[in-house]
Amino acid sequence: MKKTVRFYSGAELVGKAAIDAGCSYFGGYPITPSSEIAEYMSIHLPKHGGTYMQMEDEIAAMGSIIGASLTGAKVLTATSGPGFSLKQENIGYAYMAEVPCVICNVMRGGPSTGLPTALAQADIMQAKWGTHGDHPVIALTPAYLEEIYEMTIKAFNLAETYRMPVMLLLDEVIAHLSAAIELPDKELMVIKNRRKPLVPPEKYYPYDTAYGDVPPMANFFEGYRYHVTGLSHDKTGFPTTDPDLVQADQERQIRKVASKADEIYDYESYLMKDAKIIIFAYGSTARAARVAIDNARKLGIQVGMMRFKVLWPLPEAEILKICSKAKAIIIPEMNMGQLSEVIERYAADRTKIMRINHVGGVPIHPTDILNVIKEVV
Amino acid sequence: MAFEYEKYLRMDKIPHLWCPGCGIGVVLKAMLRAIDNMGWDKNDIAFVSGIGCTSRAPGYIDCNTLHTTHGRALTFATGIKMAKPAKHVIIFSGDGDATAIGGNHFIHACRRNIDMTLVVVNNNTYGMTGGQHSPTTPIGYKTSTTSYGNIDPTFDICLLAKAAGASYVARSTVNKGKVLEKYITKGLEHKGFSVIVATANCHTQFGRKNKMGDPISSRKWIETREIPLDKARNMKAAELEDKIITGEFISEEPEQTYWENYNHPIHEYTEAYQGIIEKAQKKSEGENK
Repeated sequence: MKKTVRFYSGAELVGKAAIDAGCSYFGGYPITPSSEIAEYMSIHLPKHGGTYMQMEDEIAAMGSIIGASLTGAKVLTATSGPGFSLKQENIGYAYMAEVPCVICNVMRGGPSTGLPTALAQADIMQAKWGTHGDHPVIALTPAYLEEIYEMTIKAFNLAETYRMPVMLLLDEVIAHLSAAIELPDKELMVIKNRRKPLVPPEKYYPYDTAYGDVPPMANFFEGYRYHVTGLSHDKTGFPTTDPDLVQADQERQIRKVASKADEIYDYESYLMKDAKIIIFAYGSTARAARVAIDNARKLGIQVGMMRFKVLWPLPEAEILKICSKAKAIIIPEMNMGQLSEVIERYAADRTKIMRINHVGGVPIHPTDILNVIKEVV
Repeated sequence: MAFEYEKYLRMDKIPHLWCPGCGIGVVLKAMLRAIDNMGWDKNDIAFVSGIGCTSRAPGYIDCNTLHTTHGRALTFATGIKMAKPAKHVIIFSGDGDATAIGGNHFIHACRRNIDMTLVVVNNNTYGMTGGQHSPTTPIGYKTSTTSYGNIDPTFDICLLAKAAGASYVARSTVNKGKVLEKYITKGLEHKGFSVIVATANCHTQFGRKNKMGDPISSRKWIETREIPLDKARNMKAAELEDKIITGEFISEEPEQTYWENYNHPIHEYTEAYQGIIEKAQKKSEGENK
């Protein structure tokens, strides 16, 4: 098999993977540090017959990808902090109407304009609770360039499989990192497409739960002529205020991800077998943690890492198991403790949670983590 | 022979939610007649709307219908049209939806000149939320948020659309359903972004607070303020205050002055983007040689 090694940046890999996954529409708006993704798409999408639209604002970019997705296109938008805030209104629409789409957020320092050119991991809770109301969540947090390629394709597969927005959370460091890498063979990547109705139009309901928690989705202009709204709706897609129907629909939407969490979550275990001290990390911070672990091992300290490749949903059972046997859990993150708060709830009094929270825009250094490991010992 | 509206309506969704005597019904009927004039297949049409009374219209139409977020209909419509340029995309909006919360999307949709048709039903108020003042509430009028009389200057939606680059712009009123049908048909026929404004009555929310709480007096109020564009051209600004100028606002005559033809579109967007695809693919072939 012919292998090609090439220089890629993280941003380019998002674009390349999106096109390889079948993305044919990108709606964007310039914002640092994610603009390189839009630039890549503006050059390469039309080569594949796809469309790059630079919209008038972030809200419009998000609206336009939902419109394109309804016609059957696989769609992507990319943004950073302030743009992610603006998109939340229409992200909520995509949840409610169950429209597949991928939203890449290259995290930078916040709140507000914050640190436009510096890294952060401070939008992980916004990826979960950014829009109003309850909804399921899938958020991916790659840490390596090869992983950006694989996980962008995975993001599209998950969006199509579960008929919902999927968050691809990069941070400024890995989006701007460039390196020569070898990509997996495109032909060997699994590509998933949304389930389309097998029934004729007169028997089709856009939210028909007879086919499971993820109803088949018809494309616009293919004879099905159905209605889509952001209002609470029944299986026909038309508005309803019936308390039982609304309750059932909300429960189904949560369930469609919760019941498949063990197929969705993804993590890497690093030197976990004998580890007494465990590091929980994600994104570029996990790279520093890995170096810290290697250095600690040289000192004879039994430390390992659970690195979340998918941050939401979390592997709850595995986390609970670790909480009950670990001497301490160290959580380095580029925010004021957003994941730590979640893990603290799992841990209760069973283990000690050590936080490392840097929000100055500079990466967490392996030494910062090593010092905390030594502190625990 | 009577026009068969049933052919285009989801009859199981009737009766509609609009108040008796509401002007939106006239606009909906004009729209259905216009798409019938075009002879389009219902499967090839998408109706898109935002939030508000007018935005409920697509729900009653037996086509592909999308009821989106407040002010954002044009953004969803843009995605649909760019993904499927051969299909027909029609947008329903109200004055608040199109020119307040959706004002940015409105001017940029006009600027791009994508081949879509926008119908704005202008009833001078936010009807669904209880009759607050909108960007088209005339000065001095009372609404639920201007109890002492409105002091906010208004937008002229047609002039705004024209200045922003829309390539077909027209206005009539719900008193003239046949004229609306004609303008909407011309908008649908037109290759480019079309804006048709239908001035409408909201006697329930707006009229009630201004001593015209029934459909007849509200529509009379519209009728007495209507001035045809040809006549308006020779009138002074002060004389046109609080008037509804009706007619077609875009001239295709190339000898027009810069000021009269300001921002006249140079191309239709989906066709221009096809040119981008061809250029990109040519470059790609060159790279692969």
